[in-house]
Amino acid sequence: MSQTQYIPTIGIECHVQLKTRTKLFSGANNDARDAKPNTMVSPICFGLPGTLPVLNREAVQLAIRAGLALNAEIAENSYFERKHYFYPDLPKGYQITQLAHPTIGAGSVTIHLEDGSDKVVRIHHAHIEEDAGKLTHPNGVDYSLVDLNRAGTPLIEIVSEPDMHSASEAKAYAQEIYLLMTYVDVTYGDLYHGNIRFDVNVSVAPIGAPLGTRTETKNLNSFKAVERAVDFEINRQVKLLDKNERVVQETRGWNEDRQATFSQRSKEDAHDYRYFPDADIPPLKIERSEVEAVAKVMPKLPNQYRQEFTAMGLDGSVITALLGVKSNAEIVAEIYTIAGKETASRVAHWLSSVLGSAEGHTDISSIGTARLVELSGMVDTAELSSTAAKDVLISMLSSPESPRHIAEQKNLLQVSDENAIAAIVEKVLADPANAKAIADIKAGNDKVIGYLIGLIMKESKGKANPGLAQKLIRKRIS
Amino acid sequence: MTISDIRQMYEKGTTVREVVTEAINRARKDQNSAVLEVIEARALERADELDARIKKNETIGRLAGVPFLAKDNILTYDSKTTASSHMLENFEAPFQATVIERLEAEGAICIGKTNLDSFAHGGSTENSYFGPTSNAVDKKRVAGGSSGGSATAVAAGIVPFALGTDTGGSIRQPASYNGVVGLKPSYGSVSRYGVVAMASSTDVVGPITTNTEDAELVLNCMAGVDERDSTTIKIEKTTPELKKPRFGVIKEGLGEGIDPDVRRCTDNLIESLRNNDYEVGEVSLPTSPYALAVYYIIVPAELSSNLARYDGIKYGTQKTGDSLQAVYENSRSEGFMDENKRRILIGNYVLSSGYYDAYYHKAQAVRTVIIREYEEAFEKYDILLSPTAPTPAFKLGKNVSDPLKMYLTDILTVPPSLAGLPAISLPNGTGQNNLPIGIQLVAPYRLDVNLINAAKLVEEVINR
Repeated sequence: MSQTQYIPTIGIECHVQLKTRTKLFSGANNDARDAKPNTMVSPICFGLPGTLPVLNREAVQLAIRAGLALNAEIAENSYFERKHYFYPDLPKGYQITQLAHPTIGAGSVTIHLEDGSDKVVRIHHAHIEEDAGKLTHPNGVDYSLVDLNRAGTPLIEIVSEPDMHSASEAKAYAQEIYLLMTYVDVTYGDLYHGNIRFDVNVSVAPIGAPLGTRTETKNLNSFKAVERAVDFEINRQVKLLDKNERVVQETRGWNEDRQATFSQRSKEDAHDYRYFPDADIPPLKIERSEVEAVAKVMPKLPNQYRQEFTAMGLDGSVITALLGVKSNAEIVAEIYTIAGKETASRVAHWLSSVLGSAEGHTDISSIGTARLVELSGMVDTAELSSTAAKDVLISMLSSPESPRHIAEQKNLLQVSDENAIAAIVEKVLADPANAKAIADIKAGNDKVIGYLIGLIMKESKGKANPGLAQKLIRKRIS
Repeated sequence: MTISDIRQMYEKGTTVREVVTEAINRARKDQNSAVLEVIEARALERADELDARIKKNETIGRLAGVPFLAKDNILTYDSKTTASSHMLENFEAPFQATVIERLEAEGAICIGKTNLDSFAHGGSTENSYFGPTSNAVDKKRVAGGSSGGSATAVAAGIVPFALGTDTGGSIRQPASYNGVVGLKPSYGSVSRYGVVAMASSTDVVGPITTNTEDAELVLNCMAGVDERDSTTIKIEKTTPELKKPRFGVIKEGLGEGIDPDVRRCTDNLIESLRNNDYEVGEVSLPTSPYALAVYYIIVPAELSSNLARYDGIKYGTQKTGDSLQAVYENSRSEGFMDENKRRILIGNYVLSSGYYDAYYHKAQAVRTVIIREYEEAFEKYDILLSPTAPTPAFKLGKNVSDPLKMYLTDILTVPPSLAGLPAISLPNGTGQNNLPIGIQLVAPYRLDVNLINAAKLVEEVINR
């Protein structure tokens, strides 16, 4: 155990691929998700002699939207620069990016921690740049393969201030960035395919001391990986410092199998990128009116949903689960406006618990708000027990039928026929095994009535209206 | 040979196939190593196409059936585009440059490609991987460069016009050395799409012709905004015609190092202009002596970046190696020539961290001062005059081992390039051994039309 008290400091760079129709500087198709290697390329993506970049204004529009979601200033004047290094996935020998004057300026993001508290993380800036291609290294051969489908895909790189101090804060930040970017619909947001990637900068220092030497762990593509990589780095660096060893400033990778970071490149062999303005692309001018036009059509942000759901009285955990899937949050908000708080709240619980599978990302937009409202109404009128309603809900995922139809087919409608229930009540109360329970109720122990109702429900296979059953029991006993 | 000579042939009933075949034959007999490759099949195919259309009385365009040559750093179909380099020795482009497309749309026919300094790095065409081009007047002398092949081919009468590219004088200086007209339009007025990039902020495509009228026609056929080059601009096409432009002779253009013949020809022109009632004054551009230093920071910076794509991975010369680094090193060592490497090294140096501010940044600041000085000069004068080059064409091999001396041949053409201004070189007499001497006219940015009007007037005075 460490003798010294250390404080970790974390800053995160996040690459978000924008879902434009075409690439950042060429007319090649930008959606290469299921494409064969090197089929989504133009002479420009390939870096052929004589080709020139032409800026895609759709990417600028998305960047403005992303910038507004980050609560950031949109620069009236920004420009592109070239960042030079040689690598086979970089066709021109330089990446077109922004350095001195990025399009998205300083901003902030409010993150939500597991203990229910909030924290503001400042955004230093976010810049627009092009993605590189992809290299694969087949086993047992002496070559590597280059796929340029991704070369030229527009990205924004969101650079945070070093405002985080724990792995859980880093994870919460990553999650919030994911939510913001998917809610404003600037990215497909597919983490598995690398649509959003995180680089974490971690340093530790004794409390009160100046910042320590940092490492940068690159290319993390899940929240869990962000959390674990930060955790791993904090522990590794603390151990080094405890042994009076030096933390080396370097770039590290994340080994998912070993759940450990590993050294990739030290600062000593860091590149001199020789940044300078790209004369092929005129400076980017964004009129105030253009920003205002984008602001006018901004979708609702996660925090606005959060406030609405809190006002509805929903639990923090339910809210988090709902927000995790944008369409679910939209459905609940919509039901709130058309059917009121009770219905919305019931649907919220369904979506967060019943349908929120282990992965937590079930998209239930196919069910449709109208059927959800109808289903909830059937619970209100006691046609369905809440247990049966959940059963119907799951069937609705794969069936376009109305909830009533499904309930009928599955024989789940509650029995509210007094005679039918009275018969079951009679049978249960007549059972000698329940004589003591009846005596207890008569003696004033009212809680025991629940036990009897349970037996009645079981006997009716869940279809008896429990309210009616209770009424009949009291009538019979008194 | 002029474009109107070609027109007259058509008026006499000559077919396009005949005109193109003759031009191809002349290109094949080229005595100056100006032409690198003849584009025969496609040229004849297009000629037949045009003949068929002429038969049907269709209108063809402003350059109907006019054969031309393109500098080999301009991408064309049915040929290689080598940039006279080993790196692109076998490169065949899958698309054509916008300028070629536009000229073809007007009926012009590209019959081949011309020699240049490898990647346009040089002022004599001696840096070509395929060997030097010689001067059209004296084969022991250089063609100038880097568009030496285009200038010599037009001077030798192979075609009425050829395309060159100009980054710091590469159209004007060889035009001057060969006694032809070389026009560098305003930066951005002609698309660079499909042109092997040298320096993105000064590269311009322009025509080399035997008179101003032809240069004007070719420029008008290719100029204008191109959606594939976002730096393109619209040039002024109609300004009040300059009946009596005021000429300002640039004081610094007649300083030390100017050859006596060049000085004499320039002085003669000034006198003739005055005799023809033109106002001719003197103007100073005090910062222009620093232009060459600025140029040799900014241009290497940009070209070092533009040449980074030639890495032996995707196309071009590839040399194997036992590591990725070795593949890069071997391919680039082999594919580039000494002058390419020299400029790449300078460029990398001035952009490297710690030196960026001292060199690149400062050079850009001086560039701004140069632009301002031009603006001030244009308040008093419509057109600025200076010789195009300090000397006539020098002997082959003379400056090969002295890059600095070679760079000095651009001293008068570089300042307008840094300022993006339109400039033209006109033949202005000859010196010893009949060597051609050029005069350079410079006009304000985007006023190419003023430049051309003035050039026609000056041409008239010179030819009188």
